[in-house]
Amino acid sequence: MEFFRQTLVIAGKDLRAELRTKEAINAALAFSIVILVLFSFAFDPGEQETVDMSGGLLWIVFAFAGTLVLNRSFAREVPNDCLDALVAAPISGAALFLGKALANFALVMAVELVSLPVFGIFYNVHWTARIWSLLFVLVLGTWGLTVIGTMLSALTVNIRLRELMTPVLVYPLMLPALMSAMLLTMQLIAGKPLGGENEIWLRLLVVFDVIFTALALVLLETVLVG
Amino acid sequence: MSAVAAEGVWKFYGDYPALRDVALHADPGACLALIGRNGAGKTTLLRIIGGFSKAGRGQVRILGNDPRETATRRRMGWIGHGISVYDELSALENLSLFGRLYNLPDPHKSAMEWLERTGLERVKNGLVREFSRGMRQRLAVARAFLHQPSVLLLDEPFTALDDRAIAVLQRLLREALAEGRTVVMSTHQLREALELATHVALLNRGKIAFSGARTAQMAADPGWVYAHYDEA
Repeated sequence: MEFFRQTLVIAGKDLRAELRTKEAINAALAFSIVILVLFSFAFDPGEQETVDMSGGLLWIVFAFAGTLVLNRSFAREVPNDCLDALVAAPISGAALFLGKALANFALVMAVELVSLPVFGIFYNVHWTARIWSLLFVLVLGTWGLTVIGTMLSALTVNIRLRELMTPVLVYPLMLPALMSAMLLTMQLIAGKPLGGENEIWLRLLVVFDVIFTALALVLLETVLVG
Repeated sequence: MSAVAAEGVWKFYGDYPALRDVALHADPGACLALIGRNGAGKTTLLRIIGGFSKAGRGQVRILGNDPRETATRRRMGWIGHGISVYDELSALENLSLFGRLYNLPDPHKSAMEWLERTGLERVKNGLVREFSRGMRQRLAVARAFLHQPSVLLLDEPFTALDDRAIAVLQRLLREALAEGRTVVMSTHQLREALELATHVALLNRGKIAFSGARTAQMAADPGWVYAHYDEA
């Protein structure tokens, strides 16, 4: 019980701090909208081509915008040595990780939910045909991105080039989840249901999330204290 | 049982031994001043005692337990080089946050009490980023004392404090010692530290060069320990 209470305390603290400064969310939102708009002007795909590239385009934008949020996760603890106070507090590494991951997840999901309608308008795509399945895939893909990003944010918190290192490490690790999320998103926007031939990708996404969440929960204490 | 005990502690940075076979003890109610030149290993030792990093060899115990155990951390207070409070939150939000993390029965009430004790009750809803340096330091002191820790680990607590913050910290430390709490502080501010200390340990290049009770002579002449035990 205390674990979940502390998790929510950390998540609430991070969300409150971010909503006061809006540093990461503004940057991520601006980035994702600008990229979507620029691509829509730079290319002029037909209807079928737009559907074919939708998953790739959306998840590249989400992954890049997401790292702007995730980079800040543990970096926020650096300026006043706040990380020391958290490490000294009677809170497990797992609760600290989960709290931060939940806050990051909420922020990245918010960016994605604003970006999707922008994508629909600028690319003239009817993306709501399988909206609940699409949201389900978004949740799974975003959780995978959040888990990897939060963990690497902790791992790189004390290095000088952390803004560079987090994305460099996140994308290769995210590859299986990104591929799954891209393919599933593309097929859902094309109007195909979840299951059948794409079930293997859904399973891969779920397994990825479970494995990396478990690893992060176990390893964060070691990452922070050694 | 010692409140703080370090036995045979070594710490290596690469091949360089930052700490060499360090042994230290502080009994309940004692105030141990850890002194030494820059680079002597004071912060390294204090961070190992606090469980922020691990010793290469040796063992550290706080109140008989491993410093990383949750129950131990609940009874430990820490002031490091930074103020360890969030600029984006108000003073009250900061203390309430830590009150909840330490599972205090009424975090809001405890936060208000410590804001009052550190003279910050009038600015309780002000964001920390708008505070003066002295106010931020007093808030850092309130955060460390909020959960009434049995063991306080303070790394250079008097450095860069303004006069009011020094007075607040000294008063709170005296009260803590009178209540039987244990204080281990690393410091360069010998005069302030030796006023409070019951014991002194001098670190020289990662080794304990002197460890013993603080004498009247040391309090009268803060440079006395260096003059007699420190190697150039």
